[in-house]
Order: sequence, then C-alpha cells, then structure tokens
Amino acid sequence: MKNPTLKSENTVLSVENLCVDFEIKGKQVQILSDISFSLERGKTLGIIGESGCGKSMTALALMRMIPSPPGRISAGRVVLKGEDLAQASEKRIRDIRGGEISMIFQEPMTSLNPVFTIGNQIVEAIRRHKDIGKSEAWKEATDLLDIVHIPAPNRRVHEYPHQLSGGMRQRVMIAIALACEPTVLIADEPTTALDVTVQAQIFDLLNEIQKDRGTCIILITHDFGAVAEMADRVLVMYAGHKIEEGTLDEIIDSARHPYTQGLLRSMPEIKVDPGDIRESLAEIPGVVPDLLHLPEGCPFAPRCSFVMAQCQDLPHYMDLGDNRSVKCWLAQEDSRTKEQA
Amino acid sequence: MSEMIDQQDLAAQFGEKPEKPEKPWQATARMFYTNKAAVFGLIGFLIVILLGLFGPIIFGADPFDIAGKPLMEPQDANPLGTDYLGRDILSGVIYGARPTMIIAITATVCATVIGISIGAIAGFYGGKIDNFLMRFTEFFQVLPSLVFAMVIVAVFEPSFLIVVLAIGTTTWTPLARLARAEFLKIKEREFVLAARALGAQNIRLILRVILPNALPPLIIAITLRVGTTIIFEAALSFLGLTDPSIMTWGRMIGLSRDYFFEAWWTVTFPGLAILFTALFIALIGDGLNDAFNPKLRRR
Repeated sequence: MKNPTLKSENTVLSVENLCVDFEIKGKQVQILSDISFSLERGKTLGIIGESGCGKSMTALALMRMIPSPPGRISAGRVVLKGEDLAQASEKRIRDIRGGEISMIFQEPMTSLNPVFTIGNQIVEAIRRHKDIGKSEAWKEATDLLDIVHIPAPNRRVHEYPHQLSGGMRQRVMIAIALACEPTVLIADEPTTALDVTVQAQIFDLLNEIQKDRGTCIILITHDFGAVAEMADRVLVMYAGHKIEEGTLDEIIDSARHPYTQGLLRSMPEIKVDPGDIRESLAEIPGVVPDLLHLPEGCPFAPRCSFVMAQCQDLPHYMDLGDNRSVKCWLAQEDSRTKEQA
Repeated sequence: MSEMIDQQDLAAQFGEKPEKPEKPWQATARMFYTNKAAVFGLIGFLIVILLGLFGPIIFGADPFDIAGKPLMEPQDANPLGTDYLGRDILSGVIYGARPTMIIAITATVCATVIGISIGAIAGFYGGKIDNFLMRFTEFFQVLPSLVFAMVIVAVFEPSFLIVVLAIGTTTWTPLARLARAEFLKIKEREFVLAARALGAQNIRLILRVILPNALPPLIIAITLRVGTTIIFEAALSFLGLTDPSIMTWGRMIGLSRDYFFEAWWTVTFPGLAILFTALFIALIGDGLNDAFNPKLRRR
C-alpha cells in the first residue's frame, strides 16, 4: 500500500499506516486502523474527534505507551528523525519519552505527583535526560517556571501541587514537558478541564513556545475552537480511522467527509442579529459505534445521511492532492479527475 | 490574569513577609500534636524506649540475679516482689524493655520489607504475577501464624535472629494485601502515566512515584503491627520458644505462670508492661490515622 502522506525536507515525525489492536474477550479488535500523518518542524497538527475515536490512543501509540497486554501496535511505522520508534528497544523508547516526545495531559489536577514539590518534579524530569548537577537543575527548573509565566518562580518552585490553581498546574505540566527541549509536544486535551480565559492563556503560551523553540505540537481535542486557534493542519478521526486530513482552512471551508461536515455544523454560532429566531443546533444522529461490533465497510455508514450501496466496502484514502485526503466514497469522483489531470 | 494574583503575591507586593507554605507532612504533624491521646501514646512510647536504653545502666541489677527469697511480696527491697527463684521483678521489667522492643521493631521491619515488596510487585504488575503472589500470600494467611512461628523456632534453635525471622515471615500478609490494594489504586492515577511519559522505568515508578503516595495507610498499619508483634513475641516467650538467655516480658509471664495464684505480682507487672506498651503504640497508630486523613484536617 502506498504511503498517502507526502514527505518534505522539514518532516520531523511521520506516522505510516499505524494500526493498533486490542485483545478484548479473546477477540482481536482493531482500535486504530491505518493512521498516517506527518508533522513538520514548528507546525501544529490538530487531531479531532469524539470520545473513544482513538485520539488519545494515537498519542499513546506514538510514545509506545499503549497498555500491553491487551494492546499492541500490529502494523505501521512511527518515524522520528529517521528512526522507527515502533521497532526501537525498550531502553531507547524510554529515552525518547520526555526527551524527544513529551506529553501534556488532560487533567492538570491529577497529573502532578501530590507528594513532591513542583520543583522536585521538574528537576527529576531534567535529570532523567540531561547529565547535569542538582543545583544547576534547580536553577533550570526556576527558569522554566518563568518561561511558562508563573509569577514568583523562586518561591513557587518549593510549593506542592495542591497549592496551585488548575491553570498554574497546567503551566507546570508544560514546564515539565519542556524540561528536555522535546522535538514533539503532544497536548492531549490540555484545556478541557480549565475555564475559558485560562484556556486562551494556555494556547497563547503554547503558541509562544512553538515560535521560540520550533517545537512541533500535536493537539488532541474534541473542540473545533481549540483547533482553529492552534492548528496548521487538521486530522479528523472516527472509530479508529483517519477519515479526513487537510490544512485548517481546507477542513473548515471545504470539509469533504459527511462526518467532518456534521461536526462543523454542530458548532454553536453567536448570532450578530439579536432578532434572529433561535435555531436548534444541528447534530449528528446516532452514537459512536462499539468497536467490538463495528459494521462492515465504512464505520460512519450507519449515521451518514449520504449512505449508499458502496459504503458496504471500506473506502480507501481518496487523495485530493496537496497532502489532502478523505476516506469516503463520495470523494471518489474528484479523486479520479485529479488522477486523470 | 486573575489566576496569577493570589494572596501571597498581594502580600509580597505590600511588603509583608509571605508566610512559608505548609508542607503536607507539617500539616500531618500539626494534626497529630493536637490529638491528646496520640501525644499521650507518643510520650508513653518514648518512656518505654528510654527505659530500654538507659534503664539497665541506672538500675544496674541483673534480672537473672537472686535478689531475695522466692515469691516475696512487693516490699522495700523488691518494689515489685520476686519470682519463684527469688529474682527481682522490677529489674526484669526494666531489662525486659530493651529486648522486647528490639525484637518487636526488627520483626516488624522484617515483615514490612517482605509485605511491601510482595504487595507492591503484585499490585504494580498485575496479571499472572499478581495472581501467583496473592496465592502465595494466601498460603501464609491460611496457616495460623503463631503455630507456624512455633514450628520455625522449634526446627531451628530459639535464638534472637530466628525469633525475629519467625515473627517476620509469618506476619507480613496483611501488609502485603494493603500495599497491593494501594498500588492497584494509585497506579491508575494520571501522574503515574505522566511519569512514564517522561521516561521513568518500572522500578522508579514503584519506588519513587507510587510508594510515597501509598505510605500513609502503610505507616499506620506498620505502627499498629509493632504493638501486635510485642504480644506475638510474648506468646512465643510464654511458650518458652525464645532465647532463654534473654529476659523479655513474655518470658517472665511464661516462667511464672504456675505461681499465678500464690504470687499475682510475678505475672501482673510484666503483663502491665506489655499492655501499656501495646496501648501506647495503638494510640500513636490511631493518631497517625487521623492525622493522615485530609477530611479531618482543618486549618
């Protein structure tokens, strides 16, 4: 199978045909099917989808942190700067974690160890990957707190997680993630647990760090607003499949997959004209299918309003050019004309 | 940016000296010291420890020496009376503190090391390892531990080391189960995943990430175990299964059990020593239990 993602000089990370299987009740269930994407230096990729569609699993697969058993990477490659992480040794992958690829988690309230000071935790992250002395590491930890805009870092460094607010803790998480200057920063719903003003601050901070350091960011979210604010490219997932990929503008302005279109329609809009009659918000009928009983063919077919006979077969990636692809039979015509042209 | 301004920053701006934030263990200690029963237990326990350390130096009399007529009632020369060989009960009680405490503490340490290691590995790795280790633990649980310890001491000679090992290897199971339960609970917490995402290996996750979080309930269980071990050792001594050259409280009771009705003082005073020491430790354990419970913690 040909690799649908084009590679350029600047590609830092490329994921090729990644598949992850889980063994559930003695049955092999594919929870990530044929995921491919690539990430360029200093760019942000947004991965968007409903709960349980495999967004977080994709992130964990990149760091080889899928709980095993029952899970395993059954096929595909994760190539970071020319090195295939899916085949790397256990020791090598531990050096990659936190060193080359860092992750920020969803719940800042619970992702810091409650019994150690935040300084202690940052120092530990630094000393895990860098060969420097304790006092130097403490200095660096204080500097990192300053970089993530925590006031009075000299004092805060000695505080415990419970003494900080949610936004502060997420900043500390970012500081820990940045401790070893990672190439790729995975942010798994970094603002879901925070209120809107703090969300905006965290996004500003991530953008600033990206500009200063050229870090690649993978932003995992269910919120199109967050993607619109951060992402250069967008990948839409559904039931473990990548169903559409393109630049932010392409996805927002000309989504091709009925699911992406449905997601965009279900965003509430603030109407300028107050006299407008309230419309009920559009929704996608149905729920995400149980991965144990996935329908044959396209997983979205049961909820799709454009369903046709062909949907009995799983569509392949329709290449629409410019690194844009859709996994839907509806796009077949366009893809064919492209090929002929 | 409202979240960035908090009271401490404001205080700093107005030139007040910011109050140093309280560390979790300081809050626990403060909670402990406000508990009268716990402080009473701690003071009592310290007195027992001091008695064990300095008592023999101050009082000087050997508990095996004959100090008067046998089975003398408490009087001036022997404030707590004498036993059936005319040995002074008071010096026995004082001398007994040291070996009793040493055996209780070392045996508890032994049980703690075995119990926490097995529980931590079982809880952390889960699956087949957990299954195997828990069946192993159950094997020890179904044996009556006193009988098991008696067999160990009877097979080997009743020396100090064997007694410690016999108590340690038969009483670790509750600690293993508790450690396993804590590990099972804590390993699912997000900060463990976050530590793994930073490149931590399993041994580090067990010792540096999960164990410190599992400690509060374990510390309480360990403290209470010291008290139980004193009673356990007394039971072994009572049956004459400990080192005959060491005078422990349990041994004194065991040796004098035939004279209980003629000379109540021979068993009562060492018995009270055991009772109070176990009680002091139980009070400390209770106090720690409350102090570690954040729901009872108030500023």
